[in-house]
Amino acid sequence: MDATITLIVNGQKRTVVTDPERPLLDVLREDLDVMGPKYGCGEGLCGACTVLMDGKRTLSCITPLGDADKKKITTIEGLADGDRLHPVQQAFLDEGAIQCGYCTPGMILSAVALLKENPRPTDEQITEWMNGNICRCNGYAKILNAVRRAASQIKEVTRS
Amino acid sequence: MIEDTLAEEMVETARPDTVKLSRRTFVQLLGSGLLITVTEGVSLGQGRRGGGGGRSIPVAARIHINKDGTISVMTGKVEEGQGPRAQLSQAAAEELRVHVDLIRLIMSDTGLVPDDGITAGSRTTPSTVPAVRQGAATARELLTDLAARQWKVDPGTLIVREGSIRNEATGKTITYADLANSANVDDAFKQSVSSDIALTPVDEWKTMGTSVARPNSRDVVTGSHKYPSDIVRPNMLYGKILRPPSYGAKLESIDLSKAKAVKGVVVVRDDQFVGCAAPSSLAANRALEAIAKTASWKTVSQVSSRQVHSHLKKNARRGGRPGSRGSVKKGFADASKVLNETYEVAYVQHTPMEPRAAIAEWEDGKLTVWTGVDGPQRVQGDLARTFQVPSERVRVIVPDMGGGFGGKHTGEAAEEAARLAKAFGRPVAVHWTRAEEFTWAYARPAAVIECKGGLDDKGSLIAWDFTSINPGGSAIDTPYRIANTAILSASSDSPLRQGSYRCLGATANNFARESFMDELAAAAGADPLAFRLAHLDNPRIRAVLEAAAKHFDWPRRRRQATADVGIGLACGTEKNSVVAACAQVRIDRRRGRIKVEHVCEAFECGPIQNPANLLSQVQGCITMGLGPALREQLQFEDGKILNASFAGYLVPRFKDVPKLDIQLMNKTDTPSAGAGETPIIAIAPAVANAVFAATGIRVRSMPMEDALRKQL
Ligand code: FES
Ligand code: FES
Repeated sequence: MDATITLIVNGQKRTVVTDPERPLLDVLREDLDVMGPKYGCGEGLCGACTVLMDGKRTLSCITPLGDADKKKITTIEGLADGDRLHPVQQAFLDEGAIQCGYCTPGMILSAVALLKENPRPTDEQITEWMNGNICRCNGYAKILNAVRRAASQIKEVTRS
Repeated sequence: MIEDTLAEEMVETARPDTVKLSRRTFVQLLGSGLLITVTEGVSLGQGRRGGGGGRSIPVAARIHINKDGTISVMTGKVEEGQGPRAQLSQAAAEELRVHVDLIRLIMSDTGLVPDDGITAGSRTTPSTVPAVRQGAATARELLTDLAARQWKVDPGTLIVREGSIRNEATGKTITYADLANSANVDDAFKQSVSSDIALTPVDEWKTMGTSVARPNSRDVVTGSHKYPSDIVRPNMLYGKILRPPSYGAKLESIDLSKAKAVKGVVVVRDDQFVGCAAPSSLAANRALEAIAKTASWKTVSQVSSRQVHSHLKKNARRGGRPGSRGSVKKGFADASKVLNETYEVAYVQHTPMEPRAAIAEWEDGKLTVWTGVDGPQRVQGDLARTFQVPSERVRVIVPDMGGGFGGKHTGEAAEEAARLAKAFGRPVAVHWTRAEEFTWAYARPAAVIECKGGLDDKGSLIAWDFTSINPGGSAIDTPYRIANTAILSASSDSPLRQGSYRCLGATANNFARESFMDELAAAAGADPLAFRLAHLDNPRIRAVLEAAAKHFDWPRRRRQATADVGIGLACGTEKNSVVAACAQVRIDRRRGRIKVEHVCEAFECGPIQNPANLLSQVQGCITMGLGPALREQLQFEDGKILNASFAGYLVPRFKDVPKLDIQLMNKTDTPSAGAGETPIIAIAPAVANAVFAATGIRVRSMPMEDALRKQL
């Protein structure tokens, strides 16, 4: 049975009438034209589909649309402030932490969620937190550098 | 109630139609004057190869000066994360003498670009970079000639800098863009690219040799870049293909009515091909599942992964003549010690993060496909044959895609999408699931490698017999000085569909050879480093081996003994680059785990064209190589993949990344070689050798954790 579901996607209220069992990932991509979240496995094992739901890291491929009703969804498209990139996006650029970049939206959003919870993570904490995100280009070393860099920059911003 | 003052009410029940990629979009993409390029590109693209095929192409097929001062450069190469977009932009900028930001690289669209061959085999650097440089240098000379003619001076007196041509005597300058606006550049660019034109020497490089970032990085971090699976077309449906329950199974009957009954779902059967499509992937999936239940199949018996190595060995076609030196027979007769060992490698999958994806659209008998493949021209030809249309009526576009690693040479999804689009008269997207990618994409070959080596009484290697069954012949030759050798690459009967991979057979052959070299060193009572150096003449391999060992502090760490910690090293060469790696492992005996703690790798591929990208490639290769070395393996039985999921097929993750020390050696007196593959070949044997040092157990099978557990 179709249901009317309302999401706030990157600050915009979006309403869809569809099967609430559909994965949030499918609805973002197929109905709302929000292509940042990627399909990598469809079973919660790779992190490519990561979004923030009410600020919390969420795997959209295993989140039924019904569970997202009336929630705030942030995707990679909603991170930058106009032309100003989010510090984590900027850090990925500065460190050259992208190869094919297909894992990048999920990596960035995972890192954003981490730094929100723990603005000064140790390397072990970053590794632990990010372990659910797969990069098949295996660019982990530079991604780790990018998360470290973002953490130090966010700290500076908070201090100043 | 949702409270968000910024929220804007939007009600959507279906996908909003997207902007049609019209001719106008292409004009915007390429700059004005493009229509000529489009038409020329289409006709010129057919059968002409710019990147290694030898035949020359007109400059216009490679370079287009846009009136806004930017320069479009066309190439058939594909960006899948390994860096050709930056590298080829640098190549063009270098020879055109412009800032790299002015280059607009148009990649892998058969309607617009010349055929540079498939993006594989590390060929971009040695073939396409020179082809693009020649195109750019020819363009620069033609533009200089035009300026000279305009000013009635000798072109030799003009200086080109930053996209401007300057007459030093008069102080006059004219930009490329001015020339494109005034003179007949189109006419000049009909001339062929000169293959003997002088290219900028390495020591004068300004843009090449620097760490230019991937030009569309910003689009990647903002999510605005559209991957093949992100492309949507107006009125598009999502397609799903019925897959056999096991390899080789034949469809005998199926009832399509359950799918036909669902509103919005369309379904087609053409002999063994059954597919359906719907406005959402879930609807298409459900329809497919419903009809799949009604299918009856005739299955055939299949070899399972447990028997695969004996099967490969039994079916090996050893008929070929081995490459040989001296006489192995005599060598072994003279040897005082002979070792005989067999190594095995499991099938592994590439699992690029983006599974195969395609969207196909038919319009007036013309087919356009957006898809993620390494060889757009090849897929164009395949589609033309399948649908029996001239290849000019097929256009294949490859947006920068989400990884390949040798796994996307073929256009299965493109063909499936095109069949469905044709049957339903609407654009159809086919996105493979991860399970489909594990099951139906081709795998890296499994291998059985038989090694026999003979040492004389001084501990020198004098005989070498190496038979490699099934993985392919790359890096099969030994770089070591051995008087008597017999080296054979034998094919076999592969139970799985197999194909290319990052450095393909070299991963298996180097694993066996470098592991076996360690066994021979131990038999000779020699240090593994000293033993290799004593047999190694190739100065490039010696240099990386010595550099890696020095930086790793090999001699000191060899003397240090910690329980269950060991170090190992390995080296090799392939595709004209050289690599050596030292690794330290720690064994967790209780859990049967191998933790790779530290890797120091030295790599040399001639003059470095982009250091940051090279570093990414080397880091990526090492970490990727740890997967098949330690844990990755396709398990199969009765024609079914048993672990077609990241849950059971374990790829490297953050926690698996060792401390990485990488030595990039810049050797400027040899041509640049590709670097996206060879750095993978030293890691597995270095780890195997380290495991031996830590445990005294020789693991001769990849993946090694499984094999080690059986021996602990
Ligand atoms: S696609 Fe959601 S975790 Fe892999
Ligand atoms: S950059 Fe390719 S998967 Fe991470």
